[in-house]
Amino acid sequence: MSDPDVVLTVENVVKHFPIRQGIVVKREMGRVHAVDGVSFAVRRGETLGLVGETGCGKSTLARCITRLYDLTSGRVIFDGVDISRLSRRQLHPFRREIQMIFQDPYGSLNPRRRVGSIIGDPFAIHGIADGSQRKRRVQELMEVVGLNPEHYNRFPAEFSGGQRQRIGVARALALRPKLVICDEPVSALDVSIQAQIINLLAELQDEFGLTYVFIAHDLSIVRHVSDRVAVMYLGKVVEIAPARDLYDRPRHPYTAALLSAASVADPDIADRRKRILLAGDVPSPVDPPSGCRFHPRCPKARARCAVEPPELVRRPSDSPNHLTACHFPVEATDDLARAAGTGGPPGGQGRSPR
Amino acid sequence: MRLLEVSDLTVAFSTSDGVVRAVRGVSFGVDGGRTLGVVGESGSGKSVAALTLLGLSRGANVSGTALFEGRDLLTLADDELRRVRGARIAMVFQDPLSSLHPHYRIGWQIAEMIRAHESASRSAARRRAIELLGLVGIPRPERRVDDYPYQFSGGMRQRVMIAMALALDPRLLIADEPTTALDATVQAQILDLLVGLQRELGTALIMISHDLGVIAEMADEVLVMYAGRAAEVADRRTAYYRPHHPYTLGLLASIPGSAAAGGDHGRPLRPIPGQPPSLITLPSGCAFHPRCRYAMDRCRIDEPPLRQVAGGVAHRSACWLPLNAVGTGEEAEAQRQRVAESGRAASRATADGVT
Repeated sequence: MSDPDVVLTVENVVKHFPIRQGIVVKREMGRVHAVDGVSFAVRRGETLGLVGETGCGKSTLARCITRLYDLTSGRVIFDGVDISRLSRRQLHPFRREIQMIFQDPYGSLNPRRRVGSIIGDPFAIHGIADGSQRKRRVQELMEVVGLNPEHYNRFPAEFSGGQRQRIGVARALALRPKLVICDEPVSALDVSIQAQIINLLAELQDEFGLTYVFIAHDLSIVRHVSDRVAVMYLGKVVEIAPARDLYDRPRHPYTAALLSAASVADPDIADRRKRILLAGDVPSPVDPPSGCRFHPRCPKARARCAVEPPELVRRPSDSPNHLTACHFPVEATDDLARAAGTGGPPGGQGRSPR
Repeated sequence: MRLLEVSDLTVAFSTSDGVVRAVRGVSFGVDGGRTLGVVGESGSGKSVAALTLLGLSRGANVSGTALFEGRDLLTLADDELRRVRGARIAMVFQDPLSSLHPHYRIGWQIAEMIRAHESASRSAARRRAIELLGLVGIPRPERRVDDYPYQFSGGMRQRVMIAMALALDPRLLIADEPTTALDATVQAQILDLLVGLQRELGTALIMISHDLGVIAEMADEVLVMYAGRAAEVADRRTAYYRPHHPYTLGLLASIPGSAAAGGDHGRPLRPIPGQPPSLITLPSGCAFHPRCRYAMDRCRIDEPPLRQVAGGVAHRSACWLPLNAVGTGEEAEAQRQRVAESGRAASRATADGVT
C-alpha cells in the first residue's frame, strides 16, 4: 500500500457540485459530475501531465488534491496519509508540502501588496522566518526564479506577465513543497515567455526534487514536460500512459482525436495528416451519457459502448503502464491511429532522463 | 493588382504616458482566395494594424495607404467606410461571447446586419440567416435561429460570428485570433470550416494569431511582426523551414517538438530571453536587439530595413545578418555566430562586408 516511491495516490475521487434551486427551501435539482471516479498514483520526482478540454474536470481534480474542495467521495493519499477527510487544523502541516501554481498571473496576485510580502506569505502563515531573515529568504527565492531581488518592494502591476508567473512560482516554492500542482501555468503567456517558464520549472524540479502534476490543454507542452500523461474526458480518465506511448500510440479514440486536432507548427506535417473531426460539442456534465461517456461522439462506438462503462485497464499488447478505458481501442491499422500521427519525427521522447 | 495592398502603415496613439507607436511602417497585401497569416506576440501591433484598416482604431494617428479594390481605406469618409465594413471586408474576433448581444436572438442579429447594408425584407433576411447558419454547420438552423447567444457553446458562437461575417459575401475576411478561446477539437472544427468556406467562396483571408501551429496550417504567406514592424515576410514553408530573422528562429525554437527546437521533446527549450519592449520607449536601432543572441554593434544604432533574403522568392527579413544565413541548420547557425562575434568588435565591421 504505502510504496515509499509514491508521493500521491488518488483513489476513486468523485466531486459533484449540486445545483440548487428555490428561494426559501433550496432543493437539489441536479448535480454537475465534475470528477467522477478518478484514480492514479504519482511517483516522487515524476511529472504527471493532465490534459483534456474545458469542463473535463482537470482543474476540479487539482482542487480536490490540494483540498481546496472537499471530496464527494474517494481518497487522496499524500505520503502514505489519507488527507481527504482531515480537518483544517489537521491539514495545516500538509499545506506546506502541496503547493499550487495558477494560470492567471494577473488574478492570483493581490495588486495592492508588495511582491516581497506576497512571496513571504507562506513564511508568515507557517510562522517560519521573520523580520530580516524572512526578507533574506524571499530575496533568495526571487533570485532562484530569475527575478531581481532588488524589486522586493515593487507591486505586481510593475511586472510583466512572465515575471508575475515567476512570482507565483517563487511563492509556491517558498516552503520547499514535495508536490506542486501546476494548473495551466503558461497558457496566459506569450510563446517566447512560455518557454522561459517551462525551462524554469524543469530546472527547479531537478534542483529541489519536486513532483509535478502539470495541467494544460496544450498537448505539445504537456508532452515536453511530462513523464506520464493522463487524458480526461467528462470527469473520467480515459487513458493514462508514459508520454511517449500515449503520443506515439494512443489507444483511446478520444486521445487520438485530441492529438489529431492539435495544431502543429510544421507546415508539412499539417498538410500530410488527415484530421478526425469530432462531431458536436462535449455533452453536459449535469447529465453525462450512459456507458462510455465518449460514445455519442466516438467514431468507433458500438451498441455495447452506450450501455457498459469501460474500465481503465491495460491491454495485453500495450506497455505495462499504459491503461485505456475503452471497449474497442484504436488499432495501428485504424484511420484514427494514422490521423493522430502528429508528433515530430520518430524517436521523439517524452523527456530525456537528466 | 492585389485585392488589398497596404503600404507603410503607421499607427500611433497619444496617451498621458507618451506616444505609443503601435505600428511602424508595415506593408502587406493579400489576393482573393489566399490567406495571409500574421504572427506576433502581444503588443506586436498585429491587431491594431487590422483594426486600423477598418477604421476601428479611434483616436489614432494613422499614415500610409491601404488600397482595397482600388480605394484607400485610410482616407475614406466615415459613411463610405461603413459601407465597406461588414459588406466588403468582414471581421471575426477572438471572443464570440462579447461580440454577440446577449439580449437579442441569434437570427435577429444576423438579419439586422444584412438589413443594415441591403434593402432586404425581414422575412428574406431571416431566410438568409437560416441559410448562413446551415452553411457554417449549425444543426437544425431553422430552430436555432431563434435561440439566444447563451444557448450556444463557444464553438457554436464562433460559427455564428463567421456566419455573420459572411452574410454579405465579403471579398476579405479578417480573423483576429478566431480560435484562441476555443478547445483543440473545436479549434480544428473552426479552422476546417474557414478553409472550406474560403475554397467555396474565394474570399481573401487575413489570419491573425499568436499560435504558430494555426498559422502553419492556414497561411499561404506569413508576416512575422515584432514591436510594430515586419520582422520577416515569407511564404509558409520558407517561414517555417528557412527563417532568417532571429526573432522568427527564436519563436520556432520556443515550441516544444518543433523542427527548430530540434524536433525532439527531450531537449530543454531555447526561449527568447527578456520580454517585448515598451512601445513608448522603444530600444534604439533594431527593436529586437536587446533580446537577440546575435546582436551586433550596428544593431544598436541602425534599424534594419526589410531586405530580400538570398534564394527566396519574396522572402524578406529586417535583420543585419548575412542574407544567405537562413534556417536552423548547423552551418547557418555557425555563420550567424561568426558574423555576430565579429560584428561586436568596436570597429564597425558591417555584417554585409563579411559575406
